[in-house]
Amino acid sequence: MQQQNNQLPLWEVFIQSKSGIPHKHVGSIHASDKKMALQNARDIYTRRGEGRSIWVVLSENIVSSAPGEEAEFFDPTDDKVYRHPTFYRVPDGVKHM
Amino acid sequence: MTEEDKLKRFNICIEQDEKIEPKDWMPEQYRKTMIRQISQHAHSEVIGMQPEGNWVLRAPTLRAKKILLAKIQDEGGHGLYLYSAAETLGIDRGEMIKQLHEGKAKYSSIFNYPALTWADIGAIGWLVDGAAIVNQVSLQRTSYGPYARGMVRICKEESFHQRQGYEIMVTMMNGISEQKKMAQDAMDRWWWPALMMFGPPDGESVHTKQSMQWKIKRESNDVLRQRFIDKTVDQAHFIGLEVPDKDLKFNEATGHWETGTINWKEFHEVINGNGPCNHQRMKHHIKAHNDGKWVRDAALAFAETEKNDQKQLITN
Ligand SMILES: [Fe+2]
Ligand SMILES: [Fe+2]
Repeated sequence: MQQQNNQLPLWEVFIQSKSGIPHKHVGSIHASDKKMALQNARDIYTRRGEGRSIWVVLSENIVSSAPGEEAEFFDPTDDKVYRHPTFYRVPDGVKHM
Repeated sequence: MTEEDKLKRFNICIEQDEKIEPKDWMPEQYRKTMIRQISQHAHSEVIGMQPEGNWVLRAPTLRAKKILLAKIQDEGGHGLYLYSAAETLGIDRGEMIKQLHEGKAKYSSIFNYPALTWADIGAIGWLVDGAAIVNQVSLQRTSYGPYARGMVRICKEESFHQRQGYEIMVTMMNGISEQKKMAQDAMDRWWWPALMMFGPPDGESVHTKQSMQWKIKRESNDVLRQRFIDKTVDQAHFIGLEVPDKDLKFNEATGHWETGTINWKEFHEVINGNGPCNHQRMKHHIKAHNDGKWVRDAALAFAETEKNDQKQLITN
């Protein structure tokens, strides 16, 4: 039999499991539009009350840094130790700082 | 960075038990092996819905029917988590389905056996999901990040699958003699295929060595199989089921149950397409896929008109 492929677009799914914590990436789904994307994400990733809020975003709209270039990309922060509190000396006896 | 440096980085990452992530550099063979293993795993989850689906309309009670439906829905979900993990490696979902339909991608041989009676639904949940759990718990530590995270999610859902199966076996073993016979018959037919689910013995397994080196697999086929045997034999005896193996004995010195030899000829026959249901499973999957085409077409067409409507709203 002839195989029938007509792939629906790919979406990334982010779920907030409870109030106050950030949405977390859980995986992806295929859907033709926003509404179907939300419904599919709900059916696939929250069958046991794992979420109270879902974000979906077309995978092609996600921009990511290149893993091979981590070193150069994040390098500007390496020599800025003065951004950390431990860089500073506080005289002995000073409290609550 | 040179190829050599990239490989060095990859190896260090593996050595230090860090995860490989989708955009990281990886050896082509690692990518291929990962795609093969994850897609095969995904296909198994989805094809595995068929033997159980056979009993939804004949479940003995409404409670049993609801449970079976939820279990089958989970398996569909497992398939989808795994397809999504495989897609992060750059293969398209449609391509994976195509490989399945063309017989280029395999799925677990266990799902080529029929579910003949209600007791088979018990045996599948208890033995088949039980074996899958042992394998999947180990794979939670696999080196490819999206696969490992998928396994964590799946393992959380699997324990209900095994328990509902065992509950069916317990109920039947507490029933009338015909029910006990049915339970024992299901045990007799599913025991050996369940042991085969872990794959060929370590000495003969083609992929094991490289997969262990890359930490795709964390424990060998025989180690996992033995873990399953030790757990399961006791569970069988506890409810009065006999293990269909006259050579089965407990080794006091090692603390392990030792089984007779597995019929690997049968395993290879089933893998190579000659199991009782291979043909039927594939035919059904292809039909379901093609029958769904009009739904996908309609959804895409609808999304297209919505997009155009919106454009018009903006320009008007
Ligand atoms: Fe599963
Ligand atoms: Fe399962």
